[in-house]
Amino acid sequence: MTYVWVGAAGVVGTLLRYVLGVSVQRIVPSTVFPFGTLVVNLLGCLALGWFSHWMTDTNRLSPRIRAAVSAGLLGSFTTFSTFSVEAVQLFQHGLWWSGMAYVGISMFGGWGMVWLGARMGVKRKRVQHG
Amino acid sequence: MVEIGGLAAGGFLGAVVRYAVARFVSGRWPGQFPFGTLLVNLLGSFLLGWLVGSGLGANETTALLLGTGFLGAFTTFSTFKLESWTLFRQGLGKKGLLYTGVTYVLGIAAAWLGFCL
Repeated sequence: MTYVWVGAAGVVGTLLRYVLGVSVQRIVPSTVFPFGTLVVNLLGCLALGWFSHWMTDTNRLSPRIRAAVSAGLLGSFTTFSTFSVEAVQLFQHGLWWSGMAYVGISMFGGWGMVWLGARMGVKRKRVQHG
Repeated sequence: MVEIGGLAAGGFLGAVVRYAVARFVSGRWPGQFPFGTLLVNLLGSFLLGWLVGSGLGANETTALLLGTGFLGAFTTFSTFKLESWTLFRQGLGKKGLLYTGVTYVLGIAAAWLGFCL
């Protein structure tokens, strides 16, 4: 069943999100700004932009694998709930500029990463198939 | 090990439920507007705000299982960004702006509301 594959990929995405998020947050100087979530979200956008444009009929990945990677792995690797709560917490602490920077960088950076990933994915496809 | 188990279980369920919701919603209301992703992101933001605000998130096992695990996987940032970007690329700028605005504004508002309850 596709659901099991999506779930299994979700486990991987979630664990990766946790490990990377914690690791990033540990090495940055400021502990308040949510660099961890920002990094995983931007990275996830890059990867999904790439995958969705690299993967087409010519690459013949089964719908099950496509769902597992896009919805399962990358969908779980990134998170919107954590982003929202972290933004709220920044605002609640009176860190308005940090909060707006967090939202802004996530918003425009996220789109930028999707675009960049898409370019890389299409390029890769062209190299593979001519 | 308990932490990994909690994250894994939450992550599994979060992904499966999100996928199920997306399929159900797009089957019921087919079209270009990503109602499914919007729903999980708003609901997930509200629930996580509530979880953190309630103090239940102070318990590490609960936080990892329900917060980082389930709600973290239940909601998604990458799918939202790809969908909104795709709407813009398809020339559906109004829908793209609406989707983007509603997600960010109501999502953050939902988290705040959940926190305050």
